[in-house]
Formats: sequence, C-alpha cells, structure tokens
Amino acid sequence: MPALAITDLRASYASRPVLKGITLSVGTAEIVSVIGPSGSGKSTLLRVLVGLLRPDSGEVVVEGRRIDYASKRDIHVLRNRCAIVFQQYNLFQNMTVLDNVTIAPVKIKGRKRQEVEEEAQALLRKVGLADKLRAYPDELSGGQQQRVAIARALALRPEFLLLDEVTSALDPELVNDVLDTIRLLAADGMTMLIVSHEMSFVRELSTKIVLMADGLVVEEGAPADLFERPQTARAQEFIGKILRH
Amino acid sequence: MGHLLAQLPSFFTYYNALFLVSALASTFALTAIGCGVGLILGFVIAVLRRTQARAAAPLRLSLIVLVELFRRIPFLVTLLLVFYGAQVAGLNVSLFAIASTSVCLIATAYISEIVRAGLDSVHPNQWDSAAVSNFTLLQTLRLVVVPQAWLVMLPPAFAFFLLFLKDSALASQIGVVELTYAGKVLNNRGFSPVLSFGTILVLYFALSYPLMRLGQRMEVSLARPRHH
Repeated sequence: MPALAITDLRASYASRPVLKGITLSVGTAEIVSVIGPSGSGKSTLLRVLVGLLRPDSGEVVVEGRRIDYASKRDIHVLRNRCAIVFQQYNLFQNMTVLDNVTIAPVKIKGRKRQEVEEEAQALLRKVGLADKLRAYPDELSGGQQQRVAIARALALRPEFLLLDEVTSALDPELVNDVLDTIRLLAADGMTMLIVSHEMSFVRELSTKIVLMADGLVVEEGAPADLFERPQTARAQEFIGKILRH
Repeated sequence: MGHLLAQLPSFFTYYNALFLVSALASTFALTAIGCGVGLILGFVIAVLRRTQARAAAPLRLSLIVLVELFRRIPFLVTLLLVFYGAQVAGLNVSLFAIASTSVCLIATAYISEIVRAGLDSVHPNQWDSAAVSNFTLLQTLRLVVVPQAWLVMLPPAFAFFLLFLKDSALASQIGVVELTYAGKVLNNRGFSPVLSFGTILVLYFALSYPLMRLGQRMEVSLARPRHH
C-alpha cells in the first residue's frame, strides 16, 4: 500500500484549471520528486494535498485512508500525518526559533513542553542551529530560516513530508546546507514528496521522478531513465533544456 | 483679566466642581464604552469578514454595508438617527443610553476597519503555516496573527480613540451633559466663556493626554522583545 496515492486530481484557482488530472503515488520511505517548468502546477499540487486549496475532483488516499477535503476532521487527521515545508519558509515572525518549533506540538497536540523542547533542541542541533534557539526569524539568513522550517515540520512527527521548492528562495551558497538536511532525512527513511528545481539533487536522492507540465503528469520514472531516456516529446524537450548547461 | 480673576471664587465652587466632574465622567464613559464595545465588536466583524464559508456570505455582505454606512455618516447624524429612531420605536431610554448606542455604532465601524487593516498586514503565509499545523481560527489569531497585527493597529487605533474622545462632545446636541455641554451651561450662567471653555479645555487635555501616553507605551512594550 503506498503512503500516498493520488488519482485524477483536479484543482483550479478562480475557475482557472491548474491541476488537470494528476495521478501519482508515493510508497513508504520513497522519495518522489516533482519537476517541471514554472506554472506547471507543482506547488499547487502540494497546497491541494495539505488542504490549503480545495480540489475540484479526484481522490487522495493517505496510508489507506481516503481524504475528504470537505471534512475538517479528515483535514485535521491528514495534517497530523503529513507536514509541509514552504518555499518562503513561512516561519512565525513573532516567535523565536525554539517557539516556532515547539508551538504546534505543545499548544495544538498538547504534548508536555519539556519533552517537546528537548526534542526541538535535538532537531535544531541536527539542522545545525543549536545556537539560534532564541533568535527571531528575521535575524537569520534564508538558509537558516529554511532549516528551522524543516525542524518545525519534523517536530510534528510526520509520517510524510512535502517540500515545496525549499531552496529556490535561497542564495546559492546557502542551498547546500538545506540540501544536506534533506539528505539526512532521506537517510532516516522519511517518506517525501519534493518539488524542486535542483536537478542534480533530485537525481541523486529520488527513488522516482515525476515530470509535470501544464497541470498534467507528462512522464514518470526512475531518475536515470527519465533523465537519460525520456520517452515523450515534452519530456525530451524539458530534459534537453535543463541539461544543456 | 481682572474680570476673570474676580469670577474665580464663584466659579470654582464645590457644586460647580461636582458638576464638572460628573460631566467629565460622562465624556470618559462615552469614550470608554464606545472604544471598549467598538474594540470587541470591531474585532468580531473584522474576523467574520475574513471567513470564507459560502453560507456566511450574506452575513459578510451585510457587515460590509453596515461598516461602510456608519463610516460615512457624520457622527451627529447617527446620533440624531438613534435619538429619533428610539422616539419612533417608543423606547423610553435615557439620553445617555442613546448617546452610548451611537458611539458604539460609530466606534465599531471605524475600529473594525482598523482591525481589518491590521489583520491584512500579516502575510498570508502566516495563516498557511498555522493552518497546516492544525491551528484553529482562534489559535491562529491569538498565537500568530494578532501579536503581529497589534503594531499596525495601535497607532491608528489610538489616533481614533483621541478623535473619538473629542467627538463625544456632539452628544451635547441631544442634551447629554458631558464636558462641552457643561461648558455651555457654565457660560450661560454668566461665567466668562474664556473661563468656562478654558476649564473644559484643561479637562479634555487631562483625559486625552494619559490616553495618548498609554498608546505610546503600548507601542513600545508590544514591539517584539529583543535579546541584545
């Protein structure tokens, strides 16, 4: 049973269709990366999955449970299992790094503060920010903020992590720290669905790559297959463009 | 000047002082009731206007209409509307109750816009982050959005409170004995207008200065604490 199975998922922004029937699945401990040109609907796919945008139709099954996006309860359960990290980090600006990581486990999940804080400190050590516990987001670099955002997502103890272009807003020299953090997660066996423009990273880490264009899945396959032997004309064109330099 | 000085002993009598203090209390009460109720209802309206449930669309629309209406009608007209409305409806309520109702209507409309602007100033991604962590609407407001919106809301809110304190003078038009009305009464009793309204001026200042300082202090203390 896949951790996540999406079937014919459709969604639109203000009646403009953005996802036009996406079907894909992510197995447990698999890392699936979604690539494709800007505007192809990759980020929208993740927003739909976590319930930030209501799908028009289609089916999403998480760990064998079909998600009804009209049901608050279903969305609640879904968000308990599945955490997302945004492109713009979206840290709570009014809270310290430590509070950003601990607030949801303590206030929302009702776990003991001391236990959560110890766990949060361990997570922040893991992402290399043990010395920034009391800093506010705007005192950190983009790369540091993004690593806090990853720690925050992990503090929710997700079974499943969605990463939305987590390095695209970062200066080049900060990208590697974030990618190293994700490599650590991969080594731990975290199930992930990644939207990314970091092709070499995607190729190195993914068990499967999905190429999206214009709201549809154009082609999917193992990294080596998709990058070296793209089958469809659209895939050949995209791969050709990104590999040219 | 000599004329003024001669009037002083008969002006600052126990009964005049009592009269002025009760007028001061009226002005204070009108302002406090308006701002207090306005703050609560203004918050509720601003939050309701942000909800997206389709079923609540008529409610949102009527709230927008009410807010825009009362922001555009002069205070005096609102006051007279409530005054004559109460008469037509046959309600036997005190002038102070009528004035209070009017100030609440006006304050709610204005403050709801101040709160709305404050909430809007918080980046939408903060709402997203809270939502995906399973925060409820109230938790999102209390823990994430309002702490960030305060700083944007406070300066216009206190500017409005000060304006409002002075606008409560219009309640004198329907006969509520507040500060401005008290000034007229004293003047009509033959006291020099300079003395009467000069005293009123001092009393308005005594009310508004602490209010202004409170606003300044809140702005400073709500600015995010920093470690240095």
